[in-house]
Amino acid sequence: MNKIDKEPIFSAKNLKLVTSPIGKSNPITVQVLGICSALAVTVKLKPALVMALSVTIVVAVSNVVISALRSYIPDRIRIIVQLVVIATMVIIVDQLLKAYAFDVSKQLSVFVGLIITNCIIMGRLEAFALSNKPWQSFLDGLGNGAGYGVILIVVAFFRELLGSGTILGYPVIQKLGLYSAGYENNGMMILPPMALILLGLIIWFQRSRDKSLIEHK
Amino acid sequence: MTVQAMENVLNIFIKSIFIDNMIFAYFLGMCSYLAVSKTVKTAVGLGIAVTFVLLITVPVNYLIDTYLLKKGALAWLGKGLADIDLSFLSFMIFIAVIATMVQIVEMIIEKFSPALYNSLGIFLPLIAVNCAILGASLFMQEREYEGIAEVTAFALGSGLGWFLAIVSLAAIREKLRYSNVPGPLKGLGITFILTGLMAIAFMGLMGIKL
Repeated sequence: MNKIDKEPIFSAKNLKLVTSPIGKSNPITVQVLGICSALAVTVKLKPALVMALSVTIVVAVSNVVISALRSYIPDRIRIIVQLVVIATMVIIVDQLLKAYAFDVSKQLSVFVGLIITNCIIMGRLEAFALSNKPWQSFLDGLGNGAGYGVILIVVAFFRELLGSGTILGYPVIQKLGLYSAGYENNGMMILPPMALILLGLIIWFQRSRDKSLIEHK
Repeated sequence: MTVQAMENVLNIFIKSIFIDNMIFAYFLGMCSYLAVSKTVKTAVGLGIAVTFVLLITVPVNYLIDTYLLKKGALAWLGKGLADIDLSFLSFMIFIAVIATMVQIVEMIIEKFSPALYNSLGIFLPLIAVNCAILGASLFMQEREYEGIAEVTAFALGSGLGWFLAIVSLAAIREKLRYSNVPGPLKGLGITFILTGLMAIAFMGLMGIKL
């Protein structure tokens, strides 16, 4: 047993693995990964939550699997091995969604399958799981999944609130009585372009708060 | 082929370029779209490669889906196999087909057109994990296109739509270098907002029907 093995399970270093992807090294706004499947599911909050949860599970579990196998995987075929592990996890998640949350699974349509090609998962497997222990990889997966989820949920929250006037299906605007005061829903929010613009604004906000993230070119 | 079928195919083609655009309507292939759109030249290279791979993988996946995976697809092998449903395997098979096809395409291009290979070289392997490619195969499965002609039209249209989007973004970003963008918005932020505005412009084409 060497010294690293005796590290406590929730040491400061390990906790940082979880918290840093939520803010400073967020996979979407800073590392520019996984945008592909992120935006199309943000019209309503519920599918966004389910998507965030699915991605977190897939990235955490495949991180653990790859990390546990890391010394047995030949370097030359590692991409195929990673794809097989990810695809297996995604199939399990897809079948579970179909069995227990059929309506959400219909709303997510092809985007559950697209988790396979989500760059966050491949990126974390390549960059982290192949050179770290299973527990650290698990935390790293959780952190990155959460970082992805936070952005998804923020975008979906605003799109559902401003576009349909509800939060998780609860008619907030109507209960506040704003419709009778002449308020109208912004139909634009439901359309795809607003997801991109909202994400641009989130990045603007984050980078104004943390100047070190600004790109100098 | 009847006139009506021809019209249908043409409709799918136009629709997948302008209305169901891979990037502006479904955000597919965003990662490479953002990373490789700094200059027009590389954008054109990647755009051609994506179109090419789409044109090959989607029809192949369609044949596999129709004759092997779908419910009842194995009926041609005998009555006993008629009610087997292998569609849960489709993710795994599709991604394997895509990775293999990309590899084969890469080898063929390297053999027969070294010039094209040199200009596409770096992008080809990246395409295997481009969401637009897998996305197109999954859409093909979900929307239940009929016949190989419709599927090919859809694949070519999606590829051209992607090509159009990345090349126009690259052209705008080349001009953008001379403008004064607020610091925190530089790079990624302004690119997202730009893409959003382009998507709004593309929405003006909604409703085109032949």
